[in-house]
Amino acid sequence: MNNETKPAVVARQVHKAFGDLHVLKGIDMTVMPGTVTVILGPSGSGKSTFLRLINQLETLTGGEIDVDGERIGVREVEKNGKKYLQTLNDKEIAAQRSQLGMVFQKFNLFPHMTAIENVMEAPVHVKKMDKKEARELAEQELKRVGLGERMDYYPSQLSGGQQQRVAIARALAMKPEIMLFDEPTSALDPELVGEVLAVMRELADEGMTMIVVTHEIGFAREVADQIVFMDGGVVVEQGGPEIIDHPTEPRFKDFLQHVL
Amino acid sequence: MPHHEPLDGEGLPIPNRIKAKPVRKTGQVVAAIIVVLLAAMLIKGIVTNPRFEWNVVWKYLFNENVLEGVWYTLLLTFISMIVAIILAVILAIMRKSLNPVLRGVSWVYIWFFRGTPVYTQLVFWGLFAVLVPRLSLGIPFTSVEFWSVDSSTVITAFNAAWLGLALNEAAYLSEIVRAGLEAVDPGQSEAAQALGMKRGQIMRRVILPQAMRIIIPPTGNETIGMLKTTSLVLAVPFTLELQFATNAIANRIYKPIPLLIVAGAWYLLITSIFMIIQSRLEKHFGKGFQARPIGTKGKQPPLPGKTDGEPKDDVKKENDATMLGFNA
Repeated sequence: MNNETKPAVVARQVHKAFGDLHVLKGIDMTVMPGTVTVILGPSGSGKSTFLRLINQLETLTGGEIDVDGERIGVREVEKNGKKYLQTLNDKEIAAQRSQLGMVFQKFNLFPHMTAIENVMEAPVHVKKMDKKEARELAEQELKRVGLGERMDYYPSQLSGGQQQRVAIARALAMKPEIMLFDEPTSALDPELVGEVLAVMRELADEGMTMIVVTHEIGFAREVADQIVFMDGGVVVEQGGPEIIDHPTEPRFKDFLQHVL
Repeated sequence: MPHHEPLDGEGLPIPNRIKAKPVRKTGQVVAAIIVVLLAAMLIKGIVTNPRFEWNVVWKYLFNENVLEGVWYTLLLTFISMIVAIILAVILAIMRKSLNPVLRGVSWVYIWFFRGTPVYTQLVFWGLFAVLVPRLSLGIPFTSVEFWSVDSSTVITAFNAAWLGLALNEAAYLSEIVRAGLEAVDPGQSEAAQALGMKRGQIMRRVILPQAMRIIIPPTGNETIGMLKTTSLVLAVPFTLELQFATNAIANRIYKPIPLLIVAGAWYLLITSIFMIIQSRLEKHFGKGFQARPIGTKGKQPPLPGKTDGEPKDDVKKENDATMLGFNA
């Protein structure tokens, strides 16, 4: 990685509070394009919240996140010599979101639409793509996740692993530059985890920038370029995949002992 | 009772198939006989009772005034329900709006129209042209006026009737719609947002179609209720609907019972048609929900708005998944 490459995501001293609950207490993180960052941590450590902040499903309480060099959520305005921050409007937020694809723990497929309709929905209604073109694109994306045979099935007719793969195809159809995965395999039966991880591994091999919150230590060790261990709202340890086998911080050691 | 459904696994090689004679359920048989006997007595009593005057019923069943009454009853039901549904969706969305003014207005509307009798409201709409002779659009407390019209030309008896019914019904329906909107999993809206959809699109394309499943059964109920509430429009007074028409005939010929039967028969017929329409609608909006997940015969269809596959015992599954991931 050369030093001139612009980072895909930069977080600077990110804070998030829900009422009195201080969930994130100053997170710093840099994600380079084409790399896979895996965020590990116990439940309640704030890792999902951090992911939701990047996608503006929650708003920042403090600090700054830049996606592709642009600050998200707010902009600096100067009026009468005074500088202040102003929130972006819905259209601008939608534009920033369009660079990001998100995959949820509970899939969140639209149950009243078939697999292919799920994938076509955003290209047709957000990008205003022609229906025929969108259908071709959706077929392509569903074949890519190995679901070419299940395109006209409703989510309720698919297994959990298949549903999650449709959800990945749905996000990919918007051609995002960065994919966010929020515990994508945590709601799956054990025998279905592998098929979803395989699709994610393939995406990583194709050079997709990915931020993955997961408990899959095996996946992290094999695929990640960067491991971030969070606990209690702060980054405790951070480094290459080798830190999984050689953790230095006692809290990280303790966590790994519990999940292994 | 013999069953003619195919047995489970009929063609499969199950050598030790259990062929047990069902245990006799004497209580059930006795109960069925008693109920059938009572029903037969009731029907015989109604059909053969000369005081019901079935010949008069037949004579007036397709009477011109009665048919006109059926037509107006249907028209009133139809128009007022359509208007009420549109208003109700708007009110429900206002209730959930981020704008406190819209929320407040919706609350007050529901409070007022649910809190006063529909009969009173209908009398008020009937008197509207007297109370407010001219309708105008302008800025309050100034002489600025963009548009105005005589109330009596707009608020005719018929218009007052459906307007009064619709405004009242919208208050009830909006609570039904709100319940439907709230039953949709918030994850649906998040997924749509993450895809870059706008608020209006999310409501129209994602939330409302799923809420419809919850909304339709009680709305069918309300529609059938409305069919009979239309008889209250005599408060306006609007006098062409079914109840008033049959009542007028009954008063003229001094035979109230047969004409009540005439009206009842028509209401029953229309209700039956509504029930068929409702079940069609339920099927349409149930798309994707009634299907069973493949290979999981016993599993129930997912809850409204929830995707399937979310295990109850989350913690254990999560641990298992972690173990597998590590071993892989």
